[in-house]
Amino acid sequence: MLMSETTSPQKNRLWIAFRNNRLAWIGIILLSTIICAAFFAPLIAPYDPIEQNIVRRLEPPSTDFWLGTDAYGRDVLSRVIYGSRVSLMVGFLAIIVAMVIGSVIGIISGYVGGVLDRVVMSVLDVMLSFPTLLLGLMIAAMLGASLENLIIAIAITEIAPFARVARAPTIALKQREFIEAGRAMGFSRIRLMGLHIFPNMASEIVVVGSMWMASAIRTEASLSFIGLGVPPPTSTWGAMIRDGFDNILEAWWLPVFPSIAILLTVLALNFVGDSIRDALDPKTHAE
Amino acid sequence: MTAYVIRRLLLAIPTLLMMLTMIFVLVRLVPGDPAITILGDQASEQALRSLRAELGLDQPIYVQYVDFVFNAVTGDFGRSLFTGRTVLEEVLVVLPFTLELTAASVLLATLLGLPLGTVAALYRNLWPDYVSRVVSMIGLSLPSFVVGILLLLALAVNLGWLPVITKNGGSVGDHVRSLVLPTFTLGITMTALIARVARSSMLNVLSEDYIRTARAKGIPPARLIRRHALRNAMIPVVTVVGLYFGTLIGNSVLTEIVFSRPGLGKLIVGALNARDYTMLQGLMVVFAAFVILVNVFTDIAYGLVDPRVKYS
Repeated sequence: MLMSETTSPQKNRLWIAFRNNRLAWIGIILLSTIICAAFFAPLIAPYDPIEQNIVRRLEPPSTDFWLGTDAYGRDVLSRVIYGSRVSLMVGFLAIIVAMVIGSVIGIISGYVGGVLDRVVMSVLDVMLSFPTLLLGLMIAAMLGASLENLIIAIAITEIAPFARVARAPTIALKQREFIEAGRAMGFSRIRLMGLHIFPNMASEIVVVGSMWMASAIRTEASLSFIGLGVPPPTSTWGAMIRDGFDNILEAWWLPVFPSIAILLTVLALNFVGDSIRDALDPKTHAE
Repeated sequence: MTAYVIRRLLLAIPTLLMMLTMIFVLVRLVPGDPAITILGDQASEQALRSLRAELGLDQPIYVQYVDFVFNAVTGDFGRSLFTGRTVLEEVLVVLPFTLELTAASVLLATLLGLPLGTVAALYRNLWPDYVSRVVSMIGLSLPSFVVGILLLLALAVNLGWLPVITKNGGSVGDHVRSLVLPTFTLGITMTALIARVARSSMLNVLSEDYIRTARAKGIPPARLIRRHALRNAMIPVVTVVGLYFGTLIGNSVLTEIVFSRPGLGKLIVGALNARDYTMLQGLMVVFAAFVILVNVFTDIAYGLVDPRVKYS
């Protein structure tokens, strides 16, 4: 059983593990729905997310406003739908930035080795042991609240895991014959690292990316909640919860629906990420 | 043992220096002149210059660095720009609140998470396992402040069982009651994490030969779990608790805001809103020192649960 699993091509194994995994499918369907909602927000949202209608403020969920209205009379459903844009975009872009910077650091550190490697690794260890949220909070606070700064702050907090993931296979790969051969043929270090080492670990890095995106989205929501997110009137889930918190005694629906949106998004990403990890890990397969 | 503790503490020094360097670099990377950020665009050149001198910003960068490290190591973390009190004074005032909250959360998470994970492993792929896994999945997915708000909504606002806001003073009973919701809020993610790690670690241990041997010897199941399995399964749990401590402190910031509790969290947000640049830098150093200290304690704690760890 184990033999046949490990010897079959990785792609095939992934598919087999995925096919029978109900949670993976729930995750994929949920995630696709959320991505579609973000993408087609102007078509799906029943109202303008920033249009205020003071006459109909703080209305509970009804047939007019499915998820109620907020303190400015804005439709909560429309704001939740538009909020998915910010969450997904920040999560995705922050992970891409962290992925690129982290991989470059990890590959160079692993390939060059020696003192550089030791210094880089100890810096990464320090970064890993510093709480993500606090680091993000400090950076976002110093840069000021804006979409770009939010992405930069979250990206910085997640560089270390990518660098670690990229470093380990680099050390193993640089001793393999094909790299040796490349070196003998006089290829430059940059070419060896970029064209020969990186493609061999790209799939691992993408998997790690899918798992860390959930964390990036959680951090985004937390920073928005503190007020360090994308400034108003743009709707973000974290900021909606904070605003709703002011009216929590009279309008329960204000914090509840964005919370559910965050829960579903993170849950979907975790389902997908866990399933990919299980599929790639021979240990969980053997069980 | 004593020699090990001393060496472990000595090993923490380079880490601390590294953290201090990173904080220093991070703070200097901020675009713009801190003096202008603090005083605003309208400030006179003279005021800017005197503030720069006060903050040491007119010194060459290496002098600033040496000063910063020297001050931090000697316990001088700087002074709030607004209240004028030292960072250490400000921290010491609120530290008991944060410590009380984090300690209660760790306790709760261990008391809930450990049985949850153990039961899940013992009833693998049966309903207790599924319940435990769903609970930990949800616990790990929700940001802590969301948990807090939902709990607040359900228990304090709707049912009125618990106070909405932390009261200062009052009886011991009031104090404990106002600690319940924040503790659950902060502890739920950690509970989920411990349950998850305890489950997989327990599953690993249960498949070990020595467990089979112990079972064959006729050791009663309860004793087998408690003395033979759980003890070994605890090792990864201790690691996770230690590793998670930093995140816990980070999350306490949000928890304290939700429940408007005094603590390090409110201190940070206050400094953020006031653009209290020196306070923030000082708080970062305090946090860094705290995280390093917890890591050292975690290493030492391994030996308490795993006698195989040699303090040599």
